[in-house]
Amino acid sequence: MINILQLAHIYKSYGIGTGVETEVLHDINLTLARGSFHALTGPSGSGKSTLLNLIGLLESPTKGELIINGQNTNQLNDQELTQLRGQSLGFVFQFHHLLPAFNALENVMMPAFINNQYTQYQAVKRATDLLSAVGLADALHKKPAELSGGMQQRVAIARALMMSPPLVLADEPTGNLDTHSADEIFKLMRKINQEQDIAFLIVTHDPRLGERCDLTINLIDGYLR
Amino acid sequence: MNRFEWLLALRFLREGRMQSLLILAGVTGGVAVIIFLTQLINQLQGTIIDRVLSSQAHIVIRPAEEAPLRITPDQYLAAQVQPRGQRLRSIDQWESIAQLARQTPGVRAVSPVASGPAFARHNLASKSIALVGMIPDNYRQVVKMSNYMIKGNFDLSGDQTIIGKDLASDLGVTTGDRIQIITESGTQQTLTIVALFDLNNKDLNKRWVFTTLRMSQSLLNIPGGVSNIDLTVDDLFQAKRLAQRLSAQTGLLIESWMETNSGLLNALSNQTVTNNLIRIFIVIIVALGITSVLVVSVVQKQKEIGILRAMGAKRGQVMRIFLLQGALFGTLGSIIGASLSFALLTLFSTVYKASDGSALFAAQLDPKLVIMATTVAMVVGILSALVPARRAAHMDPVQAIRS
Repeated sequence: MINILQLAHIYKSYGIGTGVETEVLHDINLTLARGSFHALTGPSGSGKSTLLNLIGLLESPTKGELIINGQNTNQLNDQELTQLRGQSLGFVFQFHHLLPAFNALENVMMPAFINNQYTQYQAVKRATDLLSAVGLADALHKKPAELSGGMQQRVAIARALMMSPPLVLADEPTGNLDTHSADEIFKLMRKINQEQDIAFLIVTHDPRLGERCDLTINLIDGYLR
Repeated sequence: MNRFEWLLALRFLREGRMQSLLILAGVTGGVAVIIFLTQLINQLQGTIIDRVLSSQAHIVIRPAEEAPLRITPDQYLAAQVQPRGQRLRSIDQWESIAQLARQTPGVRAVSPVASGPAFARHNLASKSIALVGMIPDNYRQVVKMSNYMIKGNFDLSGDQTIIGKDLASDLGVTTGDRIQIITESGTQQTLTIVALFDLNNKDLNKRWVFTTLRMSQSLLNIPGGVSNIDLTVDDLFQAKRLAQRLSAQTGLLIESWMETNSGLLNALSNQTVTNNLIRIFIVIIVALGITSVLVVSVVQKQKEIGILRAMGAKRGQVMRIFLLQGALFGTLGSIIGASLSFALLTLFSTVYKASDGSALFAAQLDPKLVIMATTVAMVVGILSALVPARRAAHMDPVQAIRS
């Protein structure tokens, strides 16, 4: 099986050169296979967000190798990292982080606009399909403020899938939802994972959610357990 | 630049409606004032120069001044130098000098003139006048006399004369009457008035008496000579340069209107300097306005910028969103501003009139000025957006999303 993500001896420190250097991640080794569905758990302050930011190419590791989709990210410049992020990764945040000025359809199409890949027609078609797949065929033209928390998160998931990335990173995707909505969102992600062979890495506090994933990766004080 | 930048730039502007409208109003006002002021001042200056030069040659060639004679009564005494009175003389070799002037590029028309003092008499009335002997066809090209004729045409031959309406009323004569001209040397000649002019200048209307070149030459006792050569040039503001060039070539005393009217010219150039200062300050204020609005907008949109970056938006794309906004402010503002200044000019041209009721200036927009203002506004818009755009582009996406 091809690995979608490979982390080898990753270290991350903050405050280098200030005299109060703190190492947040220590010697992280992690491999995610294509189509896997993993949970990343751990108490607050354990470095979950930092690890997710590293994998999401929003921050760079102090030391170690990070290979995404067969590409070693150490050799890439900012422009190429951004490109790789746009093409290979989808993000779902705890707070939906939709653009308030755009309706659901436009929000989902946004990655296509950024990467300038689809024609207008193709983009509208794909975004409509994705929104229908997450059960929002009726809400295409609603602004984020007009949607419930669960619906907003579905739009965010549809947006993460727009460029068909092989890996979706979800940071507490259900953390802000009631139990019922949380369950639905989780099921939706699982369904997409199984049907489209897209890998998910889900950061969560919730141990019950972790249990329902293929594997739970536990991060404690910056060490993988 | 693709639809992403356009979409985001326009949507962000629409979202911050109040800010966008305020800064657009700022740019509009600035551009309107600049275009209005420039158009107004250019036209007023044009009108003033036009009126001043209507009865003047752009360049006048005169004989070189006669140098003072040195009187050295004794070798141990310093020389006594007294200015020498300048008698009426003809320009040496004036035909070849007129020919030279005619061949100088930039000179439009050349008119030899024999001019000097005389008296005009009719019955008991006697007035001191300035005889102007010229060739009508040439002179008309220097001073547009046909525009000022109130009776008859500007054309004469033999013993005919054309005088101003004020001299005519002083002497109690009109066309068809005869007046007697007497010069200082005692020469007398009776001339028939064939036309009257009104130069909108009482002094000139009282003094100028036109005759043929030959008639003045003989009355002023400079047979075959001319006292000055009048020129008009294509570009008014090249007159001084042309005069200097001709002067260097001929050694004659050659003055342009810019020297004879140096006071007027100074006033005009002061006005231009003031206008430029006002324009520069407006541009600076508008630029600062755009910058500050966009800086605020970048801070407000911090989170969105972070999300866009996470979705793969490159620094360049984020930067272009805000540069585009700056350019849009500049371009839109100057288009609305140009329309507004046209409205202002129309209003002013109907409200303010010259003393004779004619419009002081026309409500026109110089397309070149509008294009220039729009271009400048667009460039200034982009430059003002540079700081906020760079700031947006270099935002750390993690920090931005967390904010």
